[in-house]
Amino acid sequence: MKIAIASGKGGTGKTTLSTNLASYLAEKGEVVLTDLDVEEPNSGLFIKADLVHEEDKFKMVPEWIEDKCTLCGICQEVCNFHAVIQLGKMIMVFPELCHGCYACSELCPESTLPMIPKKMGKLRHFKNHNLHFIESRLDIGEEQAVPLIKQTQDYIDEHFTDDVIRIYDSPPGTSCPVIEATKDADFVILITEPTPFGLHDLKLAVDTMKELGKNFGVVVNRYGIGNDDVINYCNEENIPLLAKIPNDRQIAELYSNGKLIYREIPEMQQELDKIIAYIGTLTKGGLS
Amino acid sequence: MKEIVVISGKGGTGKTSLTASFAYLGGKDVIVADCDVDAADMHLLLEPDFKDSEDFYSGELAYIEQDECIRCGKCADVCRFDAIPIINNQYIVDLLSCEGCGYCARVCPTNAIINKNLNVGKWYISKIKTGSIMVHARLGIGADNSGKLVAKVKNEAKQIAEENSKEYIIVDGSPGVGCPVVSSLSGANFVLLVTEPSVSGLHDLKRVYELVHKFKIKAGCIINKSDINEKVTAEIEEYLKKENIVHIANLPYDEDFTKAMTNGQTIVEYSNDQLSEIIADSWNKIKQI
Repeated sequence: MKIAIASGKGGTGKTTLSTNLASYLAEKGEVVLTDLDVEEPNSGLFIKADLVHEEDKFKMVPEWIEDKCTLCGICQEVCNFHAVIQLGKMIMVFPELCHGCYACSELCPESTLPMIPKKMGKLRHFKNHNLHFIESRLDIGEEQAVPLIKQTQDYIDEHFTDDVIRIYDSPPGTSCPVIEATKDADFVILITEPTPFGLHDLKLAVDTMKELGKNFGVVVNRYGIGNDDVINYCNEENIPLLAKIPNDRQIAELYSNGKLIYREIPEMQQELDKIIAYIGTLTKGGLS
Repeated sequence: MKEIVVISGKGGTGKTSLTASFAYLGGKDVIVADCDVDAADMHLLLEPDFKDSEDFYSGELAYIEQDECIRCGKCADVCRFDAIPIINNQYIVDLLSCEGCGYCARVCPTNAIINKNLNVGKWYISKIKTGSIMVHARLGIGADNSGKLVAKVKNEAKQIAEENSKEYIIVDGSPGVGCPVVSSLSGANFVLLVTEPSVSGLHDLKRVYELVHKFKIKAGCIINKSDINEKVTAEIEEYLKKENIVHIANLPYDEDFTKAMTNGQTIVEYSNDQLSEIIADSWNKIKQI
Protein backbone atom coordinates (compact mmCIF):
# COMPACT_ATOMS: atom_id res chain seq x y z
CA MET A 1 0.00 0.00 0.00
CA LYS A 2 1.44 3.35 -1.07
CA ILE A 3 -0.06 6.36 0.67
CA ALA A 4 0.97 9.87 -0.40
CA ILE A 5 0.26 12.84 1.83
CA ALA A 6 -0.09 16.03 -0.14
CA SER A 7 -1.63 19.50 -0.05
CA GLY A 8 -1.94 22.46 -2.37
CA LYS A 9 -1.02 25.01 0.26
CA GLY A 10 2.17 24.71 2.27
CA GLY A 11 2.21 24.60 6.05
CA THR A 12 -1.09 22.75 6.45
CA GLY A 13 0.33 19.72 8.25
CA LYS A 14 1.70 17.28 5.67
CA THR A 15 4.76 16.52 7.73
CA THR A 16 2.81 16.34 10.99
CA LEU A 17 0.40 13.80 9.52
CA SER A 18 3.10 11.80 7.72
CA THR A 19 5.34 11.41 10.75
CA ASN A 20 2.53 10.69 13.21
CA LEU A 21 0.74 8.23 10.93
CA ALA A 22 3.97 6.41 10.06
CA SER A 23 5.16 6.17 13.67
CA TYR A 24 1.75 5.03 14.89
CA LEU A 25 1.45 2.35 12.19
CA ALA A 26 5.00 1.20 12.93
CA GLU A 27 3.89 0.22 16.44
CA LYS A 28 2.11 -2.70 14.74
CA GLY A 29 4.07 -3.51 11.61
CA GLU A 30 6.77 -2.54 9.17
CA VAL A 31 6.43 0.94 7.66
CA VAL A 32 8.64 3.00 5.40
CA LEU A 33 8.20 6.76 5.57
CA THR A 34 9.78 8.75 2.74
CA ASP A 35 10.21 12.50 2.66
CA LEU A 36 9.82 13.53 -0.98
CA ASP A 37 9.78 17.25 -0.21
CA VAL A 38 13.42 17.28 -1.29
CA GLU A 39 13.61 21.08 -1.37
CA GLU A 40 12.67 21.45 2.29
CA PRO A 41 12.67 18.00 3.92
CA ASN A 42 11.32 18.24 7.48
CA SER A 43 10.07 14.79 8.46
CA GLY A 44 13.49 13.86 9.83
CA LEU A 45 13.12 16.51 12.53
CA PHE A 46 10.33 14.42 14.08
CA ILE A 47 11.71 10.90 13.63
CA LYS A 48 14.28 9.55 16.02
CA ALA A 49 16.10 6.73 14.27
CA ASP A 50 19.60 5.50 13.47
CA LEU A 51 21.31 6.18 10.18
CA VAL A 52 21.82 2.86 8.42
CA HIS A 53 22.83 4.00 4.94
CA GLU A 54 23.56 7.15 2.98
CA GLU A 55 24.46 7.81 -0.62
CA ASP A 56 25.04 10.81 -2.87
CA LYS A 57 22.57 11.16 -5.70
CA PHE A 58 23.68 12.19 -9.15
CA LYS A 59 22.12 13.36 -12.35
CA MET A 60 23.76 12.97 -15.73
CA VAL A 61 24.87 16.14 -17.51
CA PRO A 62 27.06 16.73 -20.56
CA GLU A 63 30.67 17.82 -20.28
CA TRP A 64 32.38 19.52 -23.20
CA ILE A 65 35.64 18.13 -24.58
CA GLU A 66 37.19 21.02 -26.43
CA ASP A 67 39.82 19.37 -28.64
CA LYS A 68 37.48 17.20 -30.71
CA CYS A 69 34.73 19.85 -31.14
CA THR A 70 34.15 21.28 -34.61
CA LEU A 71 31.72 23.92 -33.30
CA CYS A 72 28.99 22.66 -35.65
CA GLY A 73 26.32 24.00 -33.30
CA ILE A 74 24.10 20.92 -33.27
CA CYS A 75 24.22 20.61 -29.47
CA GLN A 76 22.92 24.11 -28.95
CA GLU A 77 20.25 23.60 -31.57
CA VAL A 78 18.89 20.37 -30.06
CA CYS A 79 18.78 21.55 -26.45
CA ASN A 80 15.26 22.69 -25.65
CA PHE A 81 16.28 23.92 -22.21
CA HIS A 82 19.06 26.35 -23.20
CA ALA A 83 21.44 24.32 -21.07
CA VAL A 84 24.03 24.11 -23.88
CA ILE A 85 25.06 27.39 -25.45
CA GLN A 86 27.73 28.16 -28.02
CA LEU A 87 29.62 31.33 -27.17
CA GLY A 88 32.27 32.21 -29.74
CA LYS A 89 34.59 29.23 -29.84
CA MET A 90 33.28 27.75 -26.63
CA ILE A 91 30.43 25.46 -25.69
CA MET A 92 29.03 26.38 -22.28
CA VAL A 93 27.01 23.83 -20.30
CA PHE A 94 24.61 24.98 -17.58
CA PRO A 95 24.08 21.81 -15.53
CA GLU A 96 21.30 23.28 -13.36
CA LEU A 97 19.15 23.79 -16.48
CA CYS A 98 19.91 20.35 -17.92
CA HIS A 99 17.09 17.76 -17.84
CA GLY A 100 19.43 14.91 -18.73
CA CYS A 101 17.74 13.99 -22.04
CA TYR A 102 21.07 13.03 -23.68
CA ALA A 103 20.09 14.67 -27.00
CA CYS A 104 23.17 16.92 -27.24
CA SER A 105 25.47 14.12 -26.19
CA GLU A 106 24.15 11.44 -28.53
CA LEU A 107 23.48 13.69 -31.52
CA CYS A 108 26.95 15.27 -31.43
CA PRO A 109 28.73 13.93 -34.54
CA GLU A 110 32.15 14.05 -32.85
CA SER A 111 31.07 12.72 -29.43
CA THR A 112 32.48 15.77 -27.70
CA LEU A 113 29.74 15.95 -25.06
CA PRO A 114 29.93 12.77 -22.96
CA MET A 115 27.47 12.56 -20.09
CA ILE A 116 29.04 12.66 -16.66
CA PRO A 117 27.44 12.36 -13.22
CA LYS A 118 26.90 15.56 -11.24
CA LYS A 119 25.87 15.45 -7.60
CA MET A 120 22.42 16.92 -6.95
CA GLY A 121 21.71 15.76 -3.43
CA LYS A 122 21.92 13.08 -0.81
CA LEU A 123 19.70 10.20 0.28
CA ARG A 124 19.72 8.92 3.85
CA HIS A 125 18.09 5.80 5.24
CA PHE A 126 17.29 5.65 8.96
CA LYS A 127 15.76 2.83 10.98
CA ASN A 128 14.10 2.48 14.35
CA HIS A 129 12.55 -0.95 14.98
CA ASN A 130 9.69 -1.31 12.47
CA LEU A 131 10.03 2.17 11.09
CA HIS A 132 12.27 2.94 8.14
CA PHE A 133 12.72 6.58 7.27
CA ILE A 134 14.17 7.69 3.94
CA GLU A 135 15.03 11.30 3.29
CA SER A 136 16.52 12.96 0.22
CA ARG A 137 17.67 16.52 0.19
CA LEU A 138 18.45 18.62 -2.84
CA ASP A 139 21.75 20.53 -2.77
CA ILE A 140 21.25 24.30 -2.52
CA GLY A 141 21.59 25.80 -6.00
CA GLU A 142 20.12 22.74 -7.73
CA GLU A 143 16.85 23.84 -9.30
CA GLN A 144 15.14 20.61 -10.29
CA ALA A 145 13.49 18.46 -7.68
CA VAL A 146 11.94 15.85 -9.99
CA PRO A 147 15.05 13.76 -10.81
CA LEU A 148 15.85 13.39 -7.11
CA ILE A 149 12.24 12.47 -6.28
CA LYS A 150 12.34 9.80 -8.99
CA GLN A 151 15.60 8.29 -7.75
CA THR A 152 14.32 8.27 -4.18
CA GLN A 153 11.26 6.30 -5.23
CA ASP A 154 13.50 3.89 -7.13
CA TYR A 155 15.47 3.34 -3.93
CA ILE A 156 12.24 2.41 -2.10
CA ASP A 157 11.16 0.06 -4.87
CA GLU A 158 14.53 -1.69 -4.81
CA HIS A 159 14.75 -2.06 -1.03
CA PHE A 160 11.22 -2.86 0.11
CA THR A 161 8.67 -5.46 -0.83
CA ASP A 162 5.09 -4.51 -1.70
CA ASP A 163 3.64 -5.67 1.60
CA VAL A 164 5.45 -2.96 3.56
CA ILE A 165 3.24 0.09 4.09
CA ARG A 166 4.76 3.07 2.32
CA ILE A 167 4.01 6.63 3.33
CA TYR A 168 5.21 9.52 1.20
CA ASP A 169 5.45 13.08 2.52
CA SER A 170 5.00 15.04 -0.71
CA PRO A 171 6.10 18.54 -1.72
CA PRO A 172 3.47 21.33 -1.67
CA GLY A 173 1.73 22.77 -4.73
CA THR A 174 0.30 21.21 -7.87
CA SER A 175 3.18 21.30 -10.32
CA CYS A 176 5.59 18.65 -11.53
CA PRO A 177 7.27 17.70 -8.22
CA VAL A 178 3.86 16.85 -6.71
CA ILE A 179 2.84 14.82 -9.74
CA GLU A 180 6.09 12.88 -9.51
CA ALA A 181 5.54 12.23 -5.81
CA THR A 182 1.90 11.12 -6.05
CA LYS A 183 1.51 9.45 -9.43
CA ASP A 184 2.33 5.95 -8.17
CA ALA A 185 0.33 6.20 -4.94
CA ASP A 186 -2.60 3.86 -4.25
CA PHE A 187 -4.23 6.49 -2.07
CA VAL A 188 -3.62 10.20 -1.55
CA ILE A 189 -4.47 12.08 1.62
CA LEU A 190 -4.93 15.80 0.98
CA ILE A 191 -4.48 17.81 4.14
CA THR A 192 -5.80 21.34 4.40
CA GLU A 193 -6.96 23.93 6.89
CA PRO A 194 -10.49 25.38 7.04
CA THR A 195 -9.59 28.83 5.73
CA PRO A 196 -10.07 30.61 2.39
CA PHE A 197 -6.43 29.93 1.44
CA GLY A 198 -6.82 26.31 2.52
CA LEU A 199 -9.99 25.87 0.47
CA HIS A 200 -8.62 27.60 -2.62
CA ASP A 201 -5.49 25.46 -2.67
CA LEU A 202 -7.42 22.30 -1.77
CA LYS A 203 -9.55 22.76 -4.89
CA LEU A 204 -6.40 22.93 -7.01
CA ALA A 205 -5.08 19.78 -5.34
CA VAL A 206 -8.42 17.99 -5.86
CA ASP A 207 -8.38 18.93 -9.56
CA THR A 208 -4.85 17.56 -9.80
CA MET A 209 -5.79 14.26 -8.15
CA LYS A 210 -8.85 13.90 -10.39
CA GLU A 211 -6.66 14.55 -13.42
CA LEU A 212 -4.31 11.81 -12.24
CA GLY A 213 -7.27 9.49 -11.57
CA LYS A 214 -6.27 9.05 -7.94
CA ASN A 215 -8.31 7.67 -5.09
CA PHE A 216 -8.11 10.37 -2.40
CA GLY A 217 -9.60 11.77 0.79
CA VAL A 218 -9.27 14.93 2.85
CA VAL A 219 -8.00 15.58 6.36
CA VAL A 220 -8.84 18.97 7.89
CA ASN A 221 -6.15 20.32 10.17
CA ARG A 222 -6.59 23.13 12.70
CA TYR A 223 -10.30 22.34 12.72
CA GLY A 224 -12.15 25.09 14.55
CA ILE A 225 -10.48 28.13 13.04
CA GLY A 226 -11.78 29.80 9.89
CA ASN A 227 -15.16 28.60 8.65
CA ASP A 228 -17.10 25.57 7.37
CA ASP A 229 -16.47 26.13 3.67
CA VAL A 230 -13.93 23.32 3.36
CA ILE A 231 -16.28 20.82 5.04
CA ASN A 232 -19.19 21.95 2.86
CA TYR A 233 -17.07 21.70 -0.26
CA CYS A 234 -16.04 18.12 0.57
CA ASN A 235 -19.66 17.16 1.22
CA GLU A 236 -20.88 18.73 -2.01
CA GLU A 237 -18.15 17.07 -4.04
CA ASN A 238 -18.58 13.70 -2.29
CA ILE A 239 -14.99 13.73 -1.16
CA PRO A 240 -14.43 11.50 1.86
CA LEU A 241 -13.54 13.52 4.94
CA LEU A 242 -11.15 11.23 6.75
CA ALA A 243 -10.36 13.13 9.93
CA LYS A 244 -10.37 16.48 11.67
CA ILE A 245 -7.34 17.48 13.69
CA PRO A 246 -8.38 20.13 16.22
CA ASN A 247 -6.94 23.65 16.33
CA ASP A 248 -4.98 23.39 19.53
CA ARG A 249 -2.13 25.52 20.75
CA GLN A 250 -0.62 22.50 22.48
CA ILE A 251 -0.33 20.73 19.12
CA ALA A 252 1.44 23.77 17.66
CA GLU A 253 3.82 23.79 20.61
CA LEU A 254 4.59 20.06 20.39
CA TYR A 255 5.20 20.46 16.67
CA SER A 256 7.49 23.43 17.22
CA ASN A 257 9.65 21.23 19.46
CA GLY A 258 9.84 18.40 16.95
CA LYS A 259 7.60 16.11 19.02
CA LEU A 260 5.07 13.59 17.76
CA ILE A 261 1.51 14.63 18.60
CA TYR A 262 -0.38 11.35 19.00
CA ARG A 263 1.76 10.24 21.93
CA GLU A 264 0.68 13.26 23.98
CA ILE A 265 -2.80 14.01 22.70
CA PRO A 266 -5.32 11.12 22.64
CA GLU A 267 -7.61 12.96 20.22
CA MET A 268 -4.85 12.84 17.63
CA GLN A 269 -4.62 9.08 18.00
CA GLN A 270 -8.38 8.78 17.51
CA GLU A 271 -8.17 10.79 14.30
CA LEU A 272 -5.30 8.59 13.07
CA ASP A 273 -7.44 5.52 13.81
CA LYS A 274 -10.19 6.96 11.60
CA ILE A 275 -7.75 7.43 8.73
CA ILE A 276 -6.34 3.93 9.16
CA ALA A 277 -9.84 2.44 9.30
CA TYR A 278 -10.85 4.22 6.09
CA ILE A 279 -7.76 3.19 4.16
CA GLY A 280 -8.16 -0.30 5.57
CA THR A 281 -11.50 -0.62 3.78
CA LEU A 282 -9.68 -0.09 0.48
CA THR A 283 -7.23 -2.92 0.90
CA LYS A 284 -7.70 -6.62 1.44
CA GLY A 285 -7.07 -7.56 5.04
CA GLY A 286 -7.02 -3.94 6.21
CA LEU A 287 -4.10 -1.72 6.94
CA SER A 288 -1.42 -2.89 9.36
CA MET B 1 12.44 51.62 -7.62
CA LYS B 2 12.91 48.97 -4.97
CA GLU B 3 11.98 45.35 -5.36
CA ILE B 4 11.09 43.52 -2.14
CA VAL B 5 10.65 39.75 -2.28
CA VAL B 6 8.92 37.93 0.56
CA ILE B 7 9.78 34.24 0.98
CA SER B 8 9.60 31.66 3.74
CA GLY B 9 11.03 28.31 2.72
CA LYS B 10 8.35 26.63 4.82
CA GLY B 11 4.67 27.11 4.02
CA GLY B 12 2.05 28.37 6.44
CA THR B 13 4.20 30.94 8.21
CA GLY B 14 1.96 33.88 7.28
CA LYS B 15 3.96 35.05 4.27
CA THR B 16 1.00 35.90 2.06
CA SER B 17 -1.01 37.56 4.85
CA LEU B 18 1.96 39.81 5.63
CA THR B 19 2.74 40.58 1.99
CA ALA B 20 -0.88 41.60 1.42
CA SER B 21 -0.80 43.79 4.53
CA PHE B 22 2.30 45.59 3.25
CA ALA B 23 0.64 46.02 -0.14
CA TYR B 24 -2.35 47.55 1.63
CA LEU B 25 -0.20 49.88 3.74
CA GLY B 26 1.83 50.93 0.70
CA GLY B 27 -1.33 51.67 -1.29
CA LYS B 28 -0.74 53.31 -4.63
CA ASP B 29 3.04 53.37 -4.25
CA VAL B 30 3.29 49.59 -4.42
CA ILE B 31 2.93 47.28 -7.42
CA VAL B 32 2.16 43.76 -6.27
CA ALA B 33 3.43 40.56 -7.90
CA ASP B 34 2.10 37.19 -6.74
CA CYS B 35 4.90 34.83 -7.70
CA ASP B 36 3.61 31.90 -5.66
CA VAL B 37 2.05 30.73 -8.93
CA ASP B 38 1.62 27.15 -7.73
CA ALA B 39 -0.79 28.11 -4.98
CA ALA B 40 -1.55 31.77 -5.60
CA ASP B 41 -3.68 33.14 -2.77
CA MET B 42 -3.08 36.87 -2.71
CA HIS B 43 -6.13 37.51 -4.90
CA LEU B 44 -8.31 36.30 -2.03
CA LEU B 45 -7.26 39.36 0.00
CA LEU B 46 -6.67 42.13 -2.52
CA GLU B 47 -9.77 41.86 -4.74
CA PRO B 48 -8.21 41.95 -8.21
CA ASP B 49 -10.56 42.60 -11.14
CA PHE B 50 -8.88 39.98 -13.43
CA LYS B 51 -9.39 42.48 -16.23
CA ASP B 52 -6.46 41.67 -18.52
CA SER B 53 -5.39 38.09 -18.95
CA GLU B 54 -3.13 36.21 -21.27
CA ASP B 55 -2.33 32.53 -21.80
CA PHE B 56 1.22 31.54 -21.01
CA TYR B 57 3.03 29.05 -23.20
CA SER B 58 6.27 27.52 -22.15
CA GLY B 59 7.99 24.31 -23.09
CA GLU B 60 6.76 21.60 -25.41
CA LEU B 61 5.18 18.17 -25.37
CA ALA B 62 5.72 15.48 -27.98
CA TYR B 63 2.75 14.24 -29.98
CA ILE B 64 2.87 11.23 -32.30
CA GLU B 65 0.80 11.26 -35.50
CA GLN B 66 -0.28 7.61 -35.61
CA ASP B 67 -0.89 7.66 -39.39
CA GLU B 68 2.73 8.59 -40.01
CA CYS B 69 4.23 6.26 -37.40
CA ILE B 70 5.97 3.10 -38.72
CA ARG B 71 6.38 1.64 -35.17
CA CYS B 72 10.16 1.52 -35.39
CA GLY B 73 10.48 2.35 -31.69
CA LYS B 74 13.41 4.75 -32.07
CA CYS B 75 11.54 7.43 -30.12
CA ALA B 76 11.01 5.14 -27.14
CA ASP B 77 14.65 4.00 -27.29
CA VAL B 78 16.06 7.51 -26.95
CA CYS B 79 13.55 8.78 -24.37
CA ARG B 80 15.25 8.98 -20.99
CA PHE B 81 11.96 9.68 -19.21
CA ASP B 82 10.14 6.45 -20.17
CA ALA B 83 7.48 8.72 -21.62
CA ILE B 84 6.67 6.69 -24.76
CA PRO B 85 5.08 3.39 -23.74
CA ILE B 86 3.44 1.01 -26.22
CA ILE B 87 -0.32 0.95 -25.66
CA ASN B 88 -2.46 -1.32 -27.90
CA ASN B 89 0.42 -1.66 -30.32
CA GLN B 90 0.82 2.09 -30.66
CA TYR B 91 3.57 4.34 -29.37
CA ILE B 92 1.79 6.91 -27.22
CA VAL B 93 3.32 9.86 -25.36
CA ASP B 94 2.62 9.85 -21.62
CA LEU B 95 1.92 13.54 -21.11
CA LEU B 96 2.80 13.52 -17.44
CA SER B 97 6.22 11.97 -18.03
CA CYS B 98 7.22 13.87 -21.19
CA GLU B 99 9.70 16.61 -20.36
CA GLY B 100 9.51 18.18 -23.81
CA CYS B 101 13.17 17.70 -24.69
CA GLY B 102 12.27 17.04 -28.33
CA TYR B 103 14.84 14.27 -28.74
CA CYS B 104 12.25 11.78 -30.02
CA ALA B 105 11.11 14.12 -32.80
CA ARG B 106 14.70 14.54 -33.97
CA VAL B 107 15.31 10.82 -34.40
CA CYS B 108 11.94 9.88 -35.90
CA PRO B 109 12.64 8.71 -39.48
CA THR B 110 9.16 9.61 -40.78
CA ASN B 111 8.75 12.94 -38.94
CA ALA B 112 5.68 11.52 -37.24
CA ILE B 113 6.38 13.39 -34.00
CA ILE B 114 5.53 17.02 -33.57
CA ASN B 115 6.28 19.19 -30.59
CA LYS B 116 3.27 21.09 -29.36
CA ASN B 117 3.64 24.31 -27.43
CA LEU B 118 2.40 23.84 -23.95
CA ASN B 119 -0.12 26.16 -22.34
CA VAL B 120 1.06 26.11 -18.73
CA GLY B 121 -1.21 28.71 -17.28
CA LYS B 122 -2.61 32.21 -17.42
CA TRP B 123 -1.37 35.49 -16.09
CA TYR B 124 -3.33 38.59 -15.21
CA ILE B 125 -2.90 42.31 -14.72
CA SER B 126 -5.53 43.51 -12.28
CA LYS B 127 -6.59 46.62 -10.48
CA ILE B 128 -6.77 45.89 -6.75
CA LYS B 129 -8.53 47.49 -3.82
CA THR B 130 -5.46 49.44 -2.74
CA GLY B 131 -5.85 51.54 -5.89
CA SER B 132 -2.73 49.96 -7.34
CA ILE B 133 -2.01 47.13 -9.73
CA MET B 134 -1.25 43.45 -9.14
CA VAL B 135 0.30 41.01 -11.58
CA HIS B 136 -0.63 37.43 -10.80
CA ALA B 137 -0.96 34.04 -12.44
CA ARG B 138 -2.43 30.63 -12.29
CA LEU B 139 -0.31 27.64 -13.19
CA GLY B 140 -2.01 24.73 -14.94
CA ILE B 141 -2.19 21.33 -13.28
CA GLY B 142 1.06 19.42 -13.21
CA ALA B 143 2.77 22.07 -15.27
CA ASP B 144 6.49 22.38 -15.55
CA ASN B 145 8.30 25.64 -16.07
CA SER B 146 6.71 27.41 -13.14
CA GLY B 147 10.02 29.29 -12.89
CA LYS B 148 9.37 30.84 -16.26
CA LEU B 149 5.86 31.92 -15.31
CA VAL B 150 7.30 33.44 -12.13
CA ALA B 151 9.82 35.37 -14.24
CA LYS B 152 7.03 36.56 -16.53
CA VAL B 153 4.91 37.84 -13.62
CA LYS B 154 7.89 39.62 -12.12
CA ASN B 155 9.02 41.23 -15.34
CA GLU B 156 5.53 42.50 -16.10
CA ALA B 157 5.28 43.99 -12.61
CA LYS B 158 8.66 45.65 -13.08
CA GLN B 159 7.64 47.17 -16.37
CA ILE B 160 4.41 48.53 -14.93
CA ALA B 161 6.29 49.99 -11.96
CA GLU B 162 8.77 51.69 -14.27
CA GLU B 163 6.12 53.08 -16.61
CA ASN B 164 4.16 54.51 -13.70
CA SER B 165 7.22 55.62 -11.69
CA LYS B 166 6.17 53.56 -8.68
CA GLU B 167 8.50 53.35 -5.72
CA TYR B 168 8.07 49.72 -4.74
CA ILE B 169 7.37 46.28 -6.09
CA ILE B 170 6.41 43.74 -3.50
CA VAL B 171 6.65 40.11 -4.50
CA ASP B 172 4.97 37.15 -2.79
CA GLY B 173 7.56 34.45 -3.50
CA SER B 174 7.30 30.70 -3.87
CA PRO B 175 8.06 28.02 -1.27
CA GLY B 176 11.07 25.72 -1.37
CA VAL B 177 14.57 26.32 -2.70
CA GLY B 178 14.18 25.22 -6.33
CA CYS B 179 13.53 26.79 -9.70
CA PRO B 180 10.50 29.00 -8.84
CA VAL B 181 12.24 30.56 -5.82
CA VAL B 182 15.39 31.20 -7.82
CA SER B 183 13.20 33.03 -10.36
CA SER B 184 11.48 34.97 -7.57
CA LEU B 185 14.81 36.13 -6.16
CA SER B 186 16.58 37.25 -9.31
CA GLY B 187 16.83 41.02 -9.44
CA ALA B 188 15.52 41.64 -5.91
CA ASN B 189 16.86 44.53 -3.81
CA PHE B 190 15.69 43.15 -0.51
CA VAL B 191 14.44 39.79 0.71
CA LEU B 192 12.06 39.50 3.63
CA LEU B 193 12.13 36.08 5.26
CA VAL B 194 9.01 35.13 7.18
CA THR B 195 9.52 32.27 9.60
CA GLU B 196 8.05 30.66 12.71
CA PRO B 197 9.80 29.28 15.80
CA SER B 198 9.45 25.58 15.10
CA VAL B 199 12.17 23.07 14.31
CA SER B 200 10.85 23.01 10.72
CA GLY B 201 10.67 26.80 10.50
CA LEU B 202 14.29 27.21 11.55
CA HIS B 203 15.48 24.36 9.34
CA ASP B 204 13.77 25.78 6.24
CA LEU B 205 14.90 29.33 7.03
CA LYS B 206 18.52 28.22 7.05
CA ARG B 207 18.19 26.41 3.75
CA VAL B 208 16.42 29.21 1.94
CA TYR B 209 18.83 31.80 3.35
CA GLU B 210 21.74 29.79 1.96
CA LEU B 211 20.17 30.44 -1.43
CA VAL B 212 19.58 34.15 -0.72
CA HIS B 213 23.20 34.42 0.39
CA LYS B 214 24.36 33.01 -2.95
CA PHE B 215 22.50 35.82 -4.68
CA LYS B 216 24.13 38.34 -2.31
CA ILE B 217 20.83 40.07 -1.57
CA LYS B 218 20.29 42.03 1.66
CA ALA B 219 17.78 40.22 3.89
CA GLY B 220 15.52 40.88 6.85
CA CYS B 221 13.38 38.55 8.91
CA ILE B 222 10.03 38.54 10.68
CA ILE B 223 9.43 35.80 13.23
CA ASN B 224 5.72 35.05 13.27
CA LYS B 225 4.01 33.24 16.18
CA SER B 226 7.17 34.00 18.19
CA ASP B 227 5.51 33.15 21.52
CA ILE B 228 4.72 29.56 20.47
CA ASN B 229 8.25 28.51 21.33
CA GLU B 230 10.50 31.05 23.00
CA LYS B 231 13.52 28.77 22.96
CA VAL B 232 13.45 28.32 19.18
CA THR B 233 12.70 32.05 18.77
CA ALA B 234 15.91 32.78 20.67
CA GLU B 235 17.78 30.34 18.41
CA ILE B 236 16.43 32.09 15.32
CA GLU B 237 17.40 35.49 16.71
CA GLU B 238 20.91 34.25 17.29
CA TYR B 239 21.08 32.89 13.76
CA LEU B 240 19.92 36.25 12.34
CA LYS B 241 22.64 38.05 14.26
CA LYS B 242 25.30 35.64 13.09
CA GLU B 243 24.26 35.92 9.44
CA ASN B 244 23.80 39.67 9.55
CA ILE B 245 20.11 39.44 8.69
CA VAL B 246 18.09 42.43 9.88
CA HIS B 247 15.66 41.34 12.57
CA ILE B 248 12.55 43.32 11.62
CA ALA B 249 10.02 42.15 14.21
CA ASN B 250 8.47 39.37 16.26
CA LEU B 251 4.74 38.83 15.90
CA PRO B 252 2.64 37.02 18.52
CA TYR B 253 0.55 33.94 17.71
CA ASP B 254 -2.73 35.57 16.77
CA GLU B 255 -5.83 34.06 15.20
CA ASP B 256 -6.58 37.44 13.63
CA PHE B 257 -4.39 36.16 10.77
CA THR B 258 -7.09 33.59 10.04
CA LYS B 259 -10.04 35.82 10.91
CA ALA B 260 -8.87 38.57 8.55
CA MET B 261 -8.39 36.01 5.78
CA THR B 262 -11.84 34.52 6.40
CA ASN B 263 -13.22 38.05 5.98
CA GLY B 264 -11.29 38.50 2.74
CA GLN B 265 -9.26 41.25 4.36
CA THR B 266 -5.64 42.02 5.08
CA ILE B 267 -4.71 42.02 8.77
CA VAL B 268 -4.21 45.77 8.91
CA GLU B 269 -7.72 46.33 7.58
CA TYR B 270 -9.29 43.81 9.89
CA SER B 271 -7.87 44.91 13.21
CA ASN B 272 -6.27 48.00 14.65
CA ASP B 273 -4.72 46.46 17.71
CA GLN B 274 -1.10 45.77 18.57
CA LEU B 275 -0.60 43.20 15.81
CA SER B 276 -1.46 45.73 13.12
CA GLU B 277 0.81 48.27 14.77
CA ILE B 278 3.79 45.94 14.64
CA ILE B 279 3.04 45.17 10.99
CA ALA B 280 2.88 48.90 10.18
CA ASP B 281 6.18 49.50 11.99
CA SER B 282 7.73 46.61 10.10
CA TRP B 283 6.66 48.09 6.78
CA ASN B 284 8.24 51.43 7.71
CA LYS B 285 11.47 49.67 8.68
CA ILE B 286 11.56 47.69 5.43
CA LYS B 287 11.02 50.84 3.37
CA GLN B 288 14.01 52.50 5.03
CA ILE B 289 16.44 49.64 4.48
